[in-house]
Amino acid sequence: MSTVGALTRATLAKDLRLEWRSKDAINSMLFFSLLVVVIFSFSFDPTAEESRQIAGGLVWVAFLFAAVVALNQTWAREMRNQVLDAYRVSPAPPNALFLAKVVGNFIFVTVLQALMTPLFIVFYNLRALGPAYQLPIVAALGTWALVVNGTFFAAMSLRTRSREIMLPLLLFPISIPALLAMVEATGAILTGEFSARFWIVLLAAYDVVFTIASLFLFGFVLQAE
Amino acid sequence: MTYLYAAYIATWAIHIGYFTILLRRYTRLRNEIAELEGRTDLQKLK
Amino acid sequence: MKRAFPILAVLTGVLLSYALYEALVVAPTEQTMGNVQRIFYYHVPSAWTAFILFFINFFASIVYLIWRANKADMVALVTAEVGVVFCTVVLVTGPIWARPVWGIWWTWDLRLTLTLVLWLIYVSYLVLRRFSSSGQTPLLAAVLAVFGALDVPLVYFSIWFFRTQHPQPVIGGGGSIDPRMLHVLLINWLAFSCFAALVCWSRYRLEVMRRDLDETLALEALLEPHGSSTRTSHTGSAG
Repeated sequence: MSTVGALTRATLAKDLRLEWRSKDAINSMLFFSLLVVVIFSFSFDPTAEESRQIAGGLVWVAFLFAAVVALNQTWAREMRNQVLDAYRVSPAPPNALFLAKVVGNFIFVTVLQALMTPLFIVFYNLRALGPAYQLPIVAALGTWALVVNGTFFAAMSLRTRSREIMLPLLLFPISIPALLAMVEATGAILTGEFSARFWIVLLAAYDVVFTIASLFLFGFVLQAE
Repeated sequence: MTYLYAAYIATWAIHIGYFTILLRRYTRLRNEIAELEGRTDLQKLK
Repeated sequence: MKRAFPILAVLTGVLLSYALYEALVVAPTEQTMGNVQRIFYYHVPSAWTAFILFFINFFASIVYLIWRANKADMVALVTAEVGVVFCTVVLVTGPIWARPVWGIWWTWDLRLTLTLVLWLIYVSYLVLRRFSSSGQTPLLAAVLAVFGALDVPLVYFSIWFFRTQHPQPVIGGGGSIDPRMLHVLLINWLAFSCFAALVCWSRYRLEVMRRDLDETLALEALLEPHGSSTRTSHTGSAG
């Protein structure tokens, strides 16, 4: 098991270092996220009461778009340099590569969220009436749900036609329970009307189920591709 | 009452639609096979 | 074996006609909803059939993942396609039923929403099958089917809880059912199950033909190094 851990850390460190040096993906994604927030703010101009109710949905749809843009380029570098072929013939466990990619994407999307959230708060005059400490928990669990399946489906889409559209096409239906949970939990916390506890538990269960499933089945996908 | 008939008709329209798609694929396959058998180089495989 | 097919076809035709008669004439009229309620006899059996087909797909996908049996892959493909067809029927008859009864086209009714999500998952499954190159399509599709199956209980719970927080109308008609209505329901279910079996069988035979042809064409291309054949074979098992 220690090889998996070490390999994951090494791959993750390499990815972060490469991304930091080139900054190509992150800059365009930052700007994209900003655009999304602004456009949403133009489209919906609700009162403070309304905005607390719908903000959950708006915020997560915006995050979803940003996440898809990030996920689409997950394996781009690997594809360009035939890394996956090398990986397939090496004795290294495929899970390490997958885990590193997921954690990398998670960090990536969380950074985007951290930048988009203040903008949303400003544009919508948001204030949490419920327990605000639960919001980072929801954000973390929700992001992991999107990212773990997204990285997996990105790998599945690699050799398909219309690769960029295949990822969201596969990801969205499967993510519906997680999306519902994220939106409802955020809405519950902001309005303070309901407890978000059930949704948080559901998100945690979703994360566990699909993380295990992805780790278990990634070997097949790598082999197939 | 019309809703009832609409629902039943819609059901069968969907099933017949799918059946038509299958039928079309079948005829296309048949044509491909016929064309293939028309070509003499297929004898090599037989 | 060959003779079983026309026998099944005739049996199905008879059953469907009889079931239709039962649904429209014999079944008692419902008190509150009136005759519109008879949509129930088409809506519910289609839902059950779709779910059973998807369950078979899940099972076949697992078999394929473990043993790589080509037949399992074909069963998976066939049940997914026919399942989507039946699912579409549920999603069309549901709103047609809801409109006169509730005055709305859609509601986050548990069964209807679950059907919608399953429909979305399996349409994405079929798109994956069509768009990926034929070498690893069966494997990827099988993996996706497993993911879909894992998702279903999560979908169920999330919708169930959503409905407790945001109360919605119930389309299916809960509570106990009149035994005469149950009788008609079961007859329609039997008829549609036979129909589904018939369609699956036909689709299966079509797929066998398709794959045989692809194999022959591939073999031919191998033996003709100069590529004298101008045809390109259809790739993708859903072609």
